[in-house]
Amino acid sequence: MKKFRLLISVLILFAVILGACQAQEPAMEEKELFRVAVVMPSAINDLAFSQSMYDALLVIQTEMGGAEAMEIVYSDGMFVVDDAAAAIRDYATEGFDLVIAHGSQYGSSLQEIAPDFPETSFAWGTTVDTFGIDNIFAYEAASHEGGYVNGVIAASLSESGVLGVVGPIETGDAKLYVDGFVAGAKATNPDVQVNVNYIGSFSDVALASEAANTHVAAGADGLTGTAQMVVGAIGVAEESGAMWFGTQSSQTELAPSVVVANQVYRWDVVLNEIIDLMDEGTLGGKSFVIGLANGGEVMDFNEAYELPEDVKSLAMDTVDGIIDGTITINLGE
Amino acid sequence: MSNSNQEKWGPKLIDALLPVFATIAALLVGAVMLLLLKVNPIEAYRAMWDGAFGSQNAVAETLTKATPLLLVGLGICISFRGDVINIGGEGQMIVGAILGTLIGITLVDWPGWAVIPFALITGFIGGAIWGGIPGVLKAYFSVNEILSTVMMNAIAVQLMNFLLRGPMIDPSQAELASKIPQTARLLDTFRLPRWVPTRLHLGALIAVVLAILVYILLWRTTWGYRIRAVGQNPDASKYAGVKVRNYIVLALILSGAFAGLAGVMQVYGVNYRMITDGSASGFTGSAGFNGIVAALFGGLHPIGTIPASILFGALLVGANKMQRVVQVPSALITALNGLVVVFVVSSEIWRRRRQKKRLAEASPEGEGITPEGSGPGDSPGSEKEVES
Amino acid sequence: MISDLFSMTVLIGILASGIRLATPYLYAAIGETFGQRSGVLNLGVDGQMLLGAFTAFYVAIKTGNLWLGILAAMIVGALMGLAMAFVTVNLHAEQGISGIGFYLFGLGLSDLLFQKLLGTVETVKGFPKVDIPFLSDLPVVGEIFFRQNILVYIAFALVPIAWFILNKTTLGLKIKAVGENPEAADSLGVSIARIRYFTIILGGTLSGVAGASMSIALLNVFQQNMTSGLGFIAVALVYFGAWRPWGVLGGALLFSLVNSLQLWIQVLGIPVPSDIAVMMPYILTILVLVATVSRVRAPSALTKPFERGD
Repeated sequence: MKKFRLLISVLILFAVILGACQAQEPAMEEKELFRVAVVMPSAINDLAFSQSMYDALLVIQTEMGGAEAMEIVYSDGMFVVDDAAAAIRDYATEGFDLVIAHGSQYGSSLQEIAPDFPETSFAWGTTVDTFGIDNIFAYEAASHEGGYVNGVIAASLSESGVLGVVGPIETGDAKLYVDGFVAGAKATNPDVQVNVNYIGSFSDVALASEAANTHVAAGADGLTGTAQMVVGAIGVAEESGAMWFGTQSSQTELAPSVVVANQVYRWDVVLNEIIDLMDEGTLGGKSFVIGLANGGEVMDFNEAYELPEDVKSLAMDTVDGIIDGTITINLGE
Repeated sequence: MSNSNQEKWGPKLIDALLPVFATIAALLVGAVMLLLLKVNPIEAYRAMWDGAFGSQNAVAETLTKATPLLLVGLGICISFRGDVINIGGEGQMIVGAILGTLIGITLVDWPGWAVIPFALITGFIGGAIWGGIPGVLKAYFSVNEILSTVMMNAIAVQLMNFLLRGPMIDPSQAELASKIPQTARLLDTFRLPRWVPTRLHLGALIAVVLAILVYILLWRTTWGYRIRAVGQNPDASKYAGVKVRNYIVLALILSGAFAGLAGVMQVYGVNYRMITDGSASGFTGSAGFNGIVAALFGGLHPIGTIPASILFGALLVGANKMQRVVQVPSALITALNGLVVVFVVSSEIWRRRRQKKRLAEASPEGEGITPEGSGPGDSPGSEKEVES
Repeated sequence: MISDLFSMTVLIGILASGIRLATPYLYAAIGETFGQRSGVLNLGVDGQMLLGAFTAFYVAIKTGNLWLGILAAMIVGALMGLAMAFVTVNLHAEQGISGIGFYLFGLGLSDLLFQKLLGTVETVKGFPKVDIPFLSDLPVVGEIFFRQNILVYIAFALVPIAWFILNKTTLGLKIKAVGENPEAADSLGVSIARIRYFTIILGGTLSGVAGASMSIALLNVFQQNMTSGLGFIAVALVYFGAWRPWGVLGGALLFSLVNSLQLWIQVLGIPVPSDIAVMMPYILTILVLVATVSRVRAPSALTKPFERGD
C-alpha cells in the first residue's frame, strides 16, 4: 500500500543520484569581454536602490564601448538571502570577473563564497566591511551628506517651518539619509520642525502616500523620503504643492513642479575605481564610499524649479563645506 | 479495513505522478510566456533542470531548499487534517528563528552539542507559541484562523525588524553607519554540520526523520487520531467525548511548531545568523506559503510531502538558475511559480475521481468509501476514512 | 505630545486618511464577501488587485481616459475571476492553495508587464477629488467625508448596495443558500455552479477595481507589488465582518483608522518605536474581534467544493 510512494521516492532519489554523478561544468568564456554579474534585492526599475546600481553599470558599459566590451548580467528581486547566495556562487562558478552583491543582507553569504573563488572579484554594498578578505571590495554611500544638503535647502525654503520625512524601515542607508536630512535642516534653522515617519515597509505605496498626507496636514511644506515606496509620497507632494527632495536617483520626472533637488547616486565612480584596481591585479580588500567629495553623490537640481539664488549658493557652499571638512554633520538622536 | 493491497500499482503510480504532469503542463504555458519574451524555452528549461539536478551542488541546493518546505509542510499536514487552515507559517518561522537565534547569540560559552539541540527545540517552541495563539483564539474566542494568522504574520515581521535593528543587533553593526539589521554571526561550533562542499545541512536529514515521526503521530497515536477525527467530523467527535477545542489548539500548536523549526533551521543550517530586509519573505523565502503547497502536492501525507517538497524545491532552485542563464526578470519566475501551483492543485480532481472509481469498483455494493476531498487516497491504519 | 492627538486638525486628518486608506480594502473585501457567502475562499485577491492596478494604469496612460482604465481593470479582474471560478467550481481545486497560486501569478505577471511595457516608474493624472456640493461645506464632516475621490465614494456606496443584494433580493437568497446548504439549494433547482461563477467573477472584478483605485485615483502611480499584501488583509476583514457588508465596512474602517493613527503618532513624535507603531492595526483588529466574541458561523460550505451526489 505504501509501495507507490516508495516508488516515487525511489524515482526522485534516482534523479538526485544521477544528478550528483554528473561532473560540474563551469562555463568557458575566453573572450576579452569584461563580465559583470550583479545580484540585487529589488527590481532594476525601482527608481531607488537597485536601479541606481544598474544605471551605473550601464554608464560604465557605454564608456567601455558597449555590450561587446562588457557583459552585464543580473538577478533582481533577490530579497531572499539564500537565493541570492546561490546566485552569487553560481555567477562566480560561471567565471564572471566581477560579481556585485548589491545588498547589505548578502554579506554573510559573501564571507563564505569569496574564499572559494580567489580568481573572482566580489563587490559588496552598502557597507565598508571587507571582512579582511582580499577579493572583496566594499562600497557604501555617505547618504547623510546629500541628506544634509537637502535638509539645508528645505529648511531655507520652508515657509511653514515644518518638514516631513517618509522612510521605510529605520535601518541602514535609509536611516543614514534621514538623520543627515534632519541634521542639515536643524543646522540651518534650529526652530524648524522635522517630523519623521517610518512606515515599516519598502513596498507599501499606499501607506507612504498617507504618511505624506499626514505630514502635509501637520503643516509640512517640504517633504523627503527614501526607498521605492516613496513614489506614493511624491504624488502627494505634487498634489499639495509641497517641495520634494529626492535621493538615490533623480525623481524630477515624477513631479517636475515640486521637486527641488535630488541626491543622485553615481556608483559608476566607485565601479571605475574597482575596475582600475582589478586591471592592476587587486581583486579586493578595499572599501569605497561615494560622497560629495568624489562625485559619487551628486546634487542634481531641478532646472524647472525656481530656486532663489541665495539658497542655491548656500547649498553649493554646504556641499563645499562638507567636502573640505569645514562642515561636520552631527548625526544623533 | 483498507483493501488497497488489492489495488494495482500502475494507477497509483499515475496518481502520484499527477503533480509532475501538472507541473509540466504549467511549464508549457510558461514556455509561451518565454517565447513572448523572445527567450528560447528549451534553453530556459534545460537551465532549469541543470539548476535543480545538473550537478552535485545543484542537487544539494535543491535539497537545502526543500528542507524548510518539508518542515512547514509537515505542520500543514497536521493542521489541515484537523481542518484548521494555517497560513501563518511565515510568522511562525520568524518567531521560531528569533527565539532560536537568541539562544545562539547569548549562550556563547556553551558547547555546540548542547546549544544546537537547545536552539532547535526553542525554535520549535517559539513556532508553537505563535501558532498556539491563533489556536486559542479560534477555539475559545471563535476568531477565525485565517484572520488571526494573517495578522500574526504582519506582527511577527515588525517584531523581527524591531529586535534585529535594536536589542538583537550584531554589536559590530551597531557602530557602523550601515547598521544592517542582522544578529551576530553564530559561532562555528553552533552550526549544523554540512555535507561539504555543498550547503546541504543536517537539517534535511532531521526533517525526513520528523516526517516519519509525524506519520506515526497522525496514524498511530491517540492524539493524531483525535486531531483527524475532529478535522473530519467535529460534531461526531464531540459526542464521542473528544474535547474538540483542545485538539484545534493542538493542531495549530504543532503546525506552528514545525514552521518554527523550519525557521530556526534556516538560521543554524544556512545563514548562520538572522538577517532581514524588512519583509517576511526576505527571511523565509516564502517557505511559509510554499510549504502549504508542498503539503498539498504530497496529498497532505507526511511521507508524501517528502518527494513533494523536493519537487517544489527543485522548481524554485531551477527557476532561479533559469533566470540567471536566460536573463528573464525574476517576475516571470514568480508568475511561473503561481502557474505551477494552480495547475497542480487543479489536477487533484483527476486523482480523486480515479480513486473513487477504483474504490467503487472494488467495493461489493458499489457504494464505495469516499475519502475526504483533501485526504490522500489511502491511509494506512485501522480506521476508515469517514465522509463528513 | 499625546494631547496633540486630540486637536481638531489631527482628528480630521486621521479620519480623512482612514477613509482613503479603507477604499481599496472595501472594494476587495466586499467582492470577497460575495464569494465567501457562496462558499468560496479566494486568497488570490492581492494578485487580482495588482493586475487590475497595472491594467488601469497602462490603459489610462496610453489612452488618457481614466474610465477606460477602470473598465480595463474590471475586465482583467473578471478574467482572473473566471479562471479561479473554473478551477474552483469545475476542477474542485483546494481553494486556499489555488488562491495562493493566482496571487503569485498576478504578482509576477503585473511586475513583468510593468517592466516590459512601461519600463520606468511614472505618474498619471488620476481621478481628481470631487467636492460633493453643499455637503462638502459642512464644518469638519465636510472635509473628512465629502472632499474625496469619486472612487472613494463608489467604494462606500458599495456597502449598502451589497447589503441590499445579499439580504433583499432573490439573488442574495440564492447566494446564501449555496453557501449554507448547497445540497438543499441544488435540489431546489439553484445552479450552484452558476451562482459561484457569478460571485467569484464579481469578486475578481471588484478586486480589479480595488487595484485601479490605487493606481489611477489615490496614488496615481504603479510600482511593483504596490499592494504589499493588502489583498490578504482584505480577505481577513471578511471574517472580521462576519460576512456582512456593514461588518466588513467596520473592519476596513477600524484597520485603516488605526493605521492612520499610527502614522500620526509617528509624525507627532510620540515616542513609540516605529515598528511597534506599525503593528498597531494588526494587533487591534485581533483584540477587537476577541472582545466582541460572538458565535458567528462561517457559511457552512465555505471552501468545500460541490459535487452532486456527494
